[in-house]
Amino acid sequence: MSNQPLPSPAEVTRSPRLRPDLLAIADLVEPGARMLDLGCGDGALLEYLRDRKQVKGRGIELTEAGVLACVRRGLSVRQGNVQEGLADYPDQSFDAVILSQTLPYLDDPAMVLGEMLRVGRTAIVSFSNWGHWRCRLELLVTGRIPVAVDLPQQWYESPRRQLFSVTDFARFCREIGIVIDRQIYMNRGVRIRTGRFKNLLSTTAVFTLQKRAKA
Amino acid sequence: MNTNSIGAVSTQSFTFAEDEPFCLESGETLRPVALAYETYGALNADRSNAILICHALSGSAHAAGYLDGDPEKVGWWEETIGPGKAFDTDRFFVICSNVIGSCYGSTGPASIDPATEQPYGLHFPVVTVGDMVRAQVRLIDHLGIDKLLCVAGGSMGGMQVLEWAAHHPQRLHAAMPIATTAHHSPMLIAFSEVGRQAIYADPAWNHGAYYDQPRKPDAGLAVARMVGHITYLSEESMHLKFGRRLQGLEKYGYEFETEFEIESYLKYNGLKFTQRFDANSYLYVTKAMDYFDLTQPTGSLAAAFAASTEVRFLVISFTSDWLYPSYHSKQLVSALTAAGVDVTYLDVKSSWGHDAFLLEVETMTNLLGSFLDRLVREEQVPAPVGYAPRARFVPGVNTALPRTKLADNLA
Repeated sequence: MSNQPLPSPAEVTRSPRLRPDLLAIADLVEPGARMLDLGCGDGALLEYLRDRKQVKGRGIELTEAGVLACVRRGLSVRQGNVQEGLADYPDQSFDAVILSQTLPYLDDPAMVLGEMLRVGRTAIVSFSNWGHWRCRLELLVTGRIPVAVDLPQQWYESPRRQLFSVTDFARFCREIGIVIDRQIYMNRGVRIRTGRFKNLLSTTAVFTLQKRAKA
Repeated sequence: MNTNSIGAVSTQSFTFAEDEPFCLESGETLRPVALAYETYGALNADRSNAILICHALSGSAHAAGYLDGDPEKVGWWEETIGPGKAFDTDRFFVICSNVIGSCYGSTGPASIDPATEQPYGLHFPVVTVGDMVRAQVRLIDHLGIDKLLCVAGGSMGGMQVLEWAAHHPQRLHAAMPIATTAHHSPMLIAFSEVGRQAIYADPAWNHGAYYDQPRKPDAGLAVARMVGHITYLSEESMHLKFGRRLQGLEKYGYEFETEFEIESYLKYNGLKFTQRFDANSYLYVTKAMDYFDLTQPTGSLAAAFAASTEVRFLVISFTSDWLYPSYHSKQLVSALTAAGVDVTYLDVKSSWGHDAFLLEVETMTNLLGSFLDRLVREEQVPAPVGYAPRARFVPGVNTALPRTKLADNLA
């Protein structure tokens, strides 16, 4: 069709490396899937999924800089906050809905997770784990509230966030009728085998979630 | 004058409905219909690189370049249309036509009614945004273009874009409605009506029959335009541009002469407008905007776009635009999302009110340019013969200066 190949803006802006938890998420995505990335930032993950897995992606992003970066990558992105943005999508319009490193910032995580599983067949989340042994040790030894290993942000910095651990999240999912399906645990960007000590050894967890089947 | 201009351009005319009359939404007919239009750049081999630009209330077909080579007559969207600009005329065939009802070469109330051989005046039938767009469809047919790559426009231009997407979805790949609304609000109707009342109140208006009179309803039209200009600014931009500064005065004169800079600005723009626009056209075009409501007849905006799921949208609003507030665009985006349409949306942070769509050039160039890059890739649009890519040109615009010239072209 084309008599000369036009340079794709993606080729110019493509970052060589994807954040480790995003790479883990990308591995969980089926080729050709319909995806929604909540808080998609500069669109690095959506671009990666489009180029490597032919994923049909959409993003929601709050910041103007993020939206502009996404448009530069040729992505479809809406400015808005996660809570409001989700409400517009029809039921089950995506194969998966992604929420990476955003859970601690949500006002109403139960509502957002519920909405993610309304508009998507599965949800994929990644989050920093404050249950890691270094966090526990820091609180015990120094008496200071620990800073998550993979999320170096002080308690007074914006945006405000809520600390929780892998165990907290698992319990919470049980309470709100969500099943944790596939699980990837990472320590400073490297996937690890944790055995029984998931909460103690992982700095970041990546889960796929599904609604518990009605009995 | 900027360097990356398309240069000298000329306005052309296309006449249709010479035999079969053009039917309007009101049930009235029009015969014949002339459309003034300009084109920039070249069509590619498969005629797939055409972009239609829609103008706002007082705009014309002259969107870019210098009309008949006159460097004073710069196009109203010169900053975004040209070689290497957002609407890159090296790569795209850009079309802009004057809407029917207007006074820049398209059939309107100042045109001669073939039945009476006199200007139509108020005998001109009331037109709608839908009529304006159906006339544009005829032009696109005439130019031999099956499907436009994109239709773009701000303000009333944005309404035409939405009309294209909702009612002619098979004729475009993408839509860029900017600083606009899918349904004209009561507040907008109110401002339109104040403008119209100012014209009616001018004795020289003479119920629209003033074309052969020595005096035209300039006073009324000027007041209408002054109201318009207030709505295109924001409180913040008024502070920045004018503050409470006095125009050529050291202290208050305690009299009713023009004293404040803002007064002088409005007066100047009102007067200037009377030299370039027709009062009856102002009535007709504002009326067309007031009728615009895509939620009809179902009451649902999502339903209006049910057949538009293949059209990709880039919706842009501006944070300080209180005439077409961001929430109108957000409602549009919600409706499009619910209809399953691919939509990209940004509420651009700006202090310039509704004027921002002509002033935030850098952000707009990045947004529009990147979105068009994506369309070119997804639709595999071949470039015209002889195309050589160049770095994107972002005109340096100092928005700290009063941009009366640009604002004059607006809405």
